[in-house]
Amino acid sequence: MARVAVQADPFDPGAELARLLAGRTDIGGIGCFIGTVRDTAEGRRLAALTLEHYPGMTERAIAAIAAEAERRWDLAGCTVIHRFGRLTPGAPIVLVLAAAAHRAPALAATSFLIDWLKTRAPFWKQEEWEDGATAWVAAKEADDAAAASWDQTSPGFTAG
Amino acid sequence: MTETAPLTIRYFAWLRERVGLAEEQLRPPAEITTVATLIPWLAGRDAAHAHAFAARATIRCAVNQEFATPQDRVSPGDEIAFFPPVTGG
Repeated sequence: MARVAVQADPFDPGAELARLLAGRTDIGGIGCFIGTVRDTAEGRRLAALTLEHYPGMTERAIAAIAAEAERRWDLAGCTVIHRFGRLTPGAPIVLVLAAAAHRAPALAATSFLIDWLKTRAPFWKQEEWEDGATAWVAAKEADDAAAASWDQTSPGFTAG
Repeated sequence: MTETAPLTIRYFAWLRERVGLAEEQLRPPAEITTVATLIPWLAGRDAAHAHAFAARATIRCAVNQEFATPQDRVSPGDEIAFFPPVTGG
């Protein structure tokens, strides 16, 4: 059963690793991805990113993505923590951990989890520039392609 | 005849900003039975809704917190959300 959290507060990767390993001696490796706020986007200096999400659906969507990872790979456990609210450059946004007996499933599941999170969890990023102007981030085709590379169609639809 | 339960319509990101609301409760006419028929009805409500729904190709939808397609049904009491393509992670 995956650990899923959606929160404004920072997370503690060390504590989360310890939590995943607690009482387990069958784990051979843990894949880890931490997404952080970069200080530039499209060549401009970024002051902050504000993440909006859909409370309720977000937790359900992440739990479904984690369940899919657990269906595809033999995992000893996984953790997904995603933050929302206003985050400044350098701040961690998302933590993905996937534990398994061997490195291949641990690393593959970690990569899968972040690729699907980017295209299937209801979060929206708004960039705030140093001059105070703001703009919603557009979805990237590269992210859709990365998610699609795991062999499933993307969710959502084109309404027009 | 008892009144049917309203739809809860939720908006996120730039759709929320354009509509000027995060959420509204509405009772569309009986012929509105799918996402595809709901969208033009919402767009016809006022200028703000029309502006929000103008870029239809970049609007995604969820029905009762699951990603939905235009063909998916909407029923009284449902929670329908409209939002741009997601950009988390």
